[in-house]
Amino acid sequence: MKNLISADRRKKWNDVKLFLLVLPVLAVVFLFSYAPLWGWSFAFFQYKPGKSLFDSAFVGLENFKVLFGNVVMRKNLIRVLQNTFGIHLLGYLFTPLPMLFAIMLSEVRGTKFKKVVQSITTLPNFISWVILFSLTTSLFGASGLVNTIFKGMGAEHQVVDFLTSNKHVWLTQVLLQQWKGLGWSSIIYFAAIAGLDQELFEAAQVDGAGRLKRIWYITIPQLIPTYFVLLIMSIGNFLNTGVDQYLAFGNALNKARIEVLDLYVYNLGVGSGQISFSVAVGIMKSLVAFALFFFANTISKKVRGTSVF
Amino acid sequence: MAMTVAVKKKKKWSREDKIFHAVVYIIFGIFTLLCAYPFYYLLICTVSNSQMVDMGKVILWPEGIHFRNYMEIFKVQNLGNAAMISVFRTVIGTTASLLASAYMAYLFTKENMWKRKLWYRMTVITMYFSAGMIPVYLNNQMLHLTNTFWIYILPGLVSVYNMILIKTSIESMPAELEESAFLDGAGYLKRFIHIVLPLQKPILATVALFIAVGHWNDFFTTKLYITDTKLYTLQYLLYELLNQIQAASQQIEYEVNSQALASALTPTGIRLTLTAIVTIPIMIVYPFIQKFYVKGIMIGAVKG
Repeated sequence: MKNLISADRRKKWNDVKLFLLVLPVLAVVFLFSYAPLWGWSFAFFQYKPGKSLFDSAFVGLENFKVLFGNVVMRKNLIRVLQNTFGIHLLGYLFTPLPMLFAIMLSEVRGTKFKKVVQSITTLPNFISWVILFSLTTSLFGASGLVNTIFKGMGAEHQVVDFLTSNKHVWLTQVLLQQWKGLGWSSIIYFAAIAGLDQELFEAAQVDGAGRLKRIWYITIPQLIPTYFVLLIMSIGNFLNTGVDQYLAFGNALNKARIEVLDLYVYNLGVGSGQISFSVAVGIMKSLVAFALFFFANTISKKVRGTSVF
Repeated sequence: MAMTVAVKKKKKWSREDKIFHAVVYIIFGIFTLLCAYPFYYLLICTVSNSQMVDMGKVILWPEGIHFRNYMEIFKVQNLGNAAMISVFRTVIGTTASLLASAYMAYLFTKENMWKRKLWYRMTVITMYFSAGMIPVYLNNQMLHLTNTFWIYILPGLVSVYNMILIKTSIESMPAELEESAFLDGAGYLKRFIHIVLPLQKPILATVALFIAVGHWNDFFTTKLYITDTKLYTLQYLLYELLNQIQAASQQIEYEVNSQALASALTPTGIRLTLTAIVTIPIMIVYPFIQKFYVKGIMIGAVKG
C-alpha cells in the first residue's frame, strides 16, 4: 500500500517536472504572443504618442464608432478592405494552377527535365519581396530592360512604368505572387500524386483510356480533397496578408490600390501616429481572422476529419 | 514505376501522347525560363559595363566584363556593418530558435505533462491569432527591445510552425530508442541532447534552413523597431536604397553616401550588386533546402 502511494506521487512529480521544464519556452510564447493583448486597451483611449496611457482620456467605444461613422475613416476602411478582398479573390482564381502544374509535370517521362523544372521554379519562393522588387525594377521599371528595349525600337508611347502605375495593381501583385509561389505550392501535389495507387492507372490503360482521360477521371478526382482542404485552410488566413510585399511594391502613386488591411494598420499606427485608431482596426481584424480560422478548421474537421486541433 | 514500364513496353506513342508531351515541354520550358532569367539577368548585369546595362545592351550575356562592382561595393558606408548584422542575426537567431523550438517539441511529445493539451493548444493558436502589429510593437517597446540587437532574436525564439514539424518527426521515432537511456537513469534534458537531437538531424537541418532564410530575408523588423543605423541589415539597406531611388524618381541624382562613392559605381550598379549580394547566399543554401523540403511540407500539410 505504502509503495503504491509513493509510486503515485513520483508519477505526479514527474508530470509537474515536465511542465516546469517546458515553462521557460512557454513563458516566451506568452510574453511575445499573449502579453501584447494589454495593448488592446489603447483602442479605448484617446491616446497621443509621447503621453502616458493614464493621461489619456477614456473614450469607451468612441474610436470604433468614428471608424465607421467618420466619412473619411469609413472610406479608407472600405478601400483597404476592397484591396484585401480583391487581391485575395483574384488569387483564388489561380489556386488550381499548382495542382495542374504537378499533374502535367508528373506525366513527363524525362526525370532530368522534371528535376530541373522543379528546382528552378521553387527558387523564387525563397527570396524576399525586397529582392523581388529590385529584380522587377530592373526588368519592368521606367528605365528597366523592357522599357529600354521599347525605347530603342522607337516605341516611346509604349513605355509603361509597371511598378508605379496605378492600373492593374491587383493583377500585377497577384501575378508576382504566382511567379514566386507556384513551384513551391505544387510540391504538396507532387507528394500526393506519388502516393496514388498505380493499379488504377494500369487498369484504365488496359481498358484503353488515353492520357487525358486518365488524368481527368483518375488523377484529378483523387487530388480534389487535398485541393479543398488547402483552400479551406487558406480562408483562415484571408485577412493576414502580411506587409512585406505591399511595403516593397507600394508607392505614392499606387497606394490607393495596394494598401491592404495589414498595411493600413501599419500606416495608421506607425506612419501617422494614430495609435488608438490603428489598434481598434487591428482588434477587429484579429477577431474576424480568428473567427475565419475557427470556421475553416471546423469545416476541415467535418469534411476530412483532419484539423489543426 | 509500373506504369512507365507498361508504357515502355508499348513503345509506340499515341498521337495524344506526343501532343501532350510537346505542350508540357513548351509550357514548362517557358515558365522555367521566366523563373530563371531574372536571376541570370541580375548576375550578368553586376559584372557588365554599367553604361551598357543602362542602355539595355545587356540581355543574354555580360558585356565588358569586370568585377569592380563587387570590389567597390563594400566601400559604401555602413554596408560592411550591415552585412555583419545580417550574418550575426541569422546565425545566432537560427541556432537559438532551432534549439528552443526543438526543446519545446520534445517536451510536448510527453503525454503525461501536466495540462499538456492546454499548453500545446495555446501555443498552436498563436499561429492564427495575433494581438496585432501595434500592440506587439508596444509590448516590445515596453520590454526595451527597440533599437537593440535582441529584437531580431527574442520575439521569434519559438517558431511554432517548425516546432510542430519537429514534434511530428520525434513522434515517429521508435520509443525504445529513448527508453533504453531511461533505464540508465538519464533525465529528460540528457535524453534530449544525447538521443533526440542526434536522431532528428534531417528534420532539424530542414527547419534550420527555413528559419535561416526567414532571418536573412526579414526587413520589416528593422523598419519597425530600429532607428540606429549600426543595427541595419542588408535587406533593410536594400529596401532603403530602393525607396530613395523611387522617391528621387528615375535618373535624378540621389544621395547614397556620395562621399564613399567617388569611385566608378553607378546607382544602378550599387542597387544590382547589393541585390546580388543578398540573393547569392540564398542560391547557395537553396539546394540543401530542396533536399529536404518534400518531407517538411508533407508533415506541414497534414497539420494545416
